[in-house]
Amino acid sequence: MLMFVARRLLATIPVLAMVAVFVFLMLRLTPADPAAILAGDNATTEQVAQIRAKLGLDQPLLTQFAIWGGRLLHGDFGESFFFKKTVAELIAQRLEPTLALATATILLSILIAVPLGVIAAYRHETWVDRFVMALSVFGFSVPVFVIGYLLIYVFAITLGWLPVQGYRSITQGFWPFFERLILPASTLSVIYVALIARITRASMLEVMNEDYIRTARAKGLSDRVVLIRHGLRTAAIPIVTVIGIGIALLIGGVVVTESVYGIPGIGRLTVDAVLARDFPTIQAVVLLFSFVYVLVNLLIDLAYVLLDPRIRY
Amino acid sequence: MTTLSDIREQVEAVAPSRPSTIRRLSRHPSVLFGGVILLILLAIAIAAPFLGTVAPSAIDPSSRNKKPGVELSTRQADGTKVTRTAWMGTDSLGRDVYSRVLYGTRVSLAVGVAATIISVSIGLTIGLLAGYVRWLDGVVMRFMDGMMAIPGILLAIALVSLWGAGLSTVILAVAIPEIPRVVRLVRSLVLTIREEPYVEAAVALGTPMPLILLRHIMPNTFAPLIVQGTFICASAILVEALLSFLGIGIPPEIPTWGNIMAEGRALFRVFPHNILFPGIFLSLAVLAINVIGDGLRDTLDPRMSKRI
Repeated sequence: MLMFVARRLLATIPVLAMVAVFVFLMLRLTPADPAAILAGDNATTEQVAQIRAKLGLDQPLLTQFAIWGGRLLHGDFGESFFFKKTVAELIAQRLEPTLALATATILLSILIAVPLGVIAAYRHETWVDRFVMALSVFGFSVPVFVIGYLLIYVFAITLGWLPVQGYRSITQGFWPFFERLILPASTLSVIYVALIARITRASMLEVMNEDYIRTARAKGLSDRVVLIRHGLRTAAIPIVTVIGIGIALLIGGVVVTESVYGIPGIGRLTVDAVLARDFPTIQAVVLLFSFVYVLVNLLIDLAYVLLDPRIRY
Repeated sequence: MTTLSDIREQVEAVAPSRPSTIRRLSRHPSVLFGGVILLILLAIAIAAPFLGTVAPSAIDPSSRNKKPGVELSTRQADGTKVTRTAWMGTDSLGRDVYSRVLYGTRVSLAVGVAATIISVSIGLTIGLLAGYVRWLDGVVMRFMDGMMAIPGILLAIALVSLWGAGLSTVILAVAIPEIPRVVRLVRSLVLTIREEPYVEAAVALGTPMPLILLRHIMPNTFAPLIVQGTFICASAILVEALLSFLGIGIPPEIPTWGNIMAEGRALFRVFPHNILFPGIFLSLAVLAINVIGDGLRDTLDPRMSKRI
């Protein structure tokens, strides 16, 4: 087990290194001067020269990568000349709303999608199943921002039940925080629900054909016990895997959802950074999100052991 | 004496002919449904100038922010008045949303198709080489793993911010994140195909490597690749709309569904039509392509259809 964890940890290092190489090359392989891009449009000549010296841009490419990578490992993502702060500070400020939104979305999606998938598999090839599958195709096709505006129009503008936009920190009270999170989390969870429900259904269908399900039924166990204790537990691995893979969708969705709902998180920061052509921030956000994505999937791999006692590393 | 046609007759009597792939496809309900929607959208894209549209970028300060169905009258240079109905209203610059959505169909579909062609052809080339040339495999696939670890939309955003917003940069930025997925698919297919007896035979006959790849291996990757390409196209249209919606994609002079919606964001509470109509078109297009993809997968690649 310990060996597996060590091996799995080691295996993520090359992936993260490759992400870093890619982000590094993205900037160096453009015809323009990287220092000028990093400094932004309003930088002075001195600032550009300062960056050039700091990153060693007159050195060979490999040395440059070593300098840049070394700074990254120390948590130095560079400086945003547009926001007049270090990128690390900037991201730290914006972390809370994004974390809140992502957590709420994941919880909501699992709560909706898993039961939907199980019911669709249980009522395989009936109208319930077809309805769930149709919903899932719709969920994949209707873009996040269209869903967002639709929900705002119905629940915030027409019915007036919830605030239109904005974010409150949880430190300012639970209800104001929670009520501003309902619509964004619902919006973002649509595509996630579509993904998870589909996999849950497929995985359950496969499991329900197994011999031990028949045995459980023959013992006279109720449908619910068979479905949940015998079926869902075995079907859980693909479901958990897809939750991890879906984090990529979630991250893309965060950028859009935060823009639609005016939430000052990292997604909103990304868009602001692009509009301001603030490349250090963009680089850092890409690295950060990729790191999170890889890390979540690593944790999920490790969690298989808990889900399936047959897996022994 | 038995002729060839006799034999064929006898064989066909025993084994009833399998309906051709196109036949089977045209009977598949979801392909039919998606195909009809897509054909209508294509017809709209081609015939946009003849469907009662005006110039999609024409700014008219006197008819700003009109609700759908309002009659607009414009005075021509010679003094005559022309009246037309703004079926989908106008935006905050007085541009006709109906015309913009119809012309936007052209751009949005074209961007999706272009991005798909680029990512599939680059991915196919890299995937064929990585799957066949052993020493390339490790390096290429590690690099692809790194690229896949970057969430697609984020990578597209980073590329657009680096290259600046424009039609061709957006197409490239949308296409590049899809490449590793194509490479992975093609490589895994090549790894199984290269073990087939007919490839071995070709190698034994001394067929040069490029010819083996092109003639013996590549054709066998097409069916799964078409399925994958359909899904890439749907996702490319979505990502383009998303970038343009965020204001970092295609500039507003070229109407696409995404930037029509971007235009409508500020006044959404009062004039939701700017987001509603392009949103419907966008969702329908992506839905149609996704549904066709599902159908294609069932028909062309039955092994894959079992997985999801």
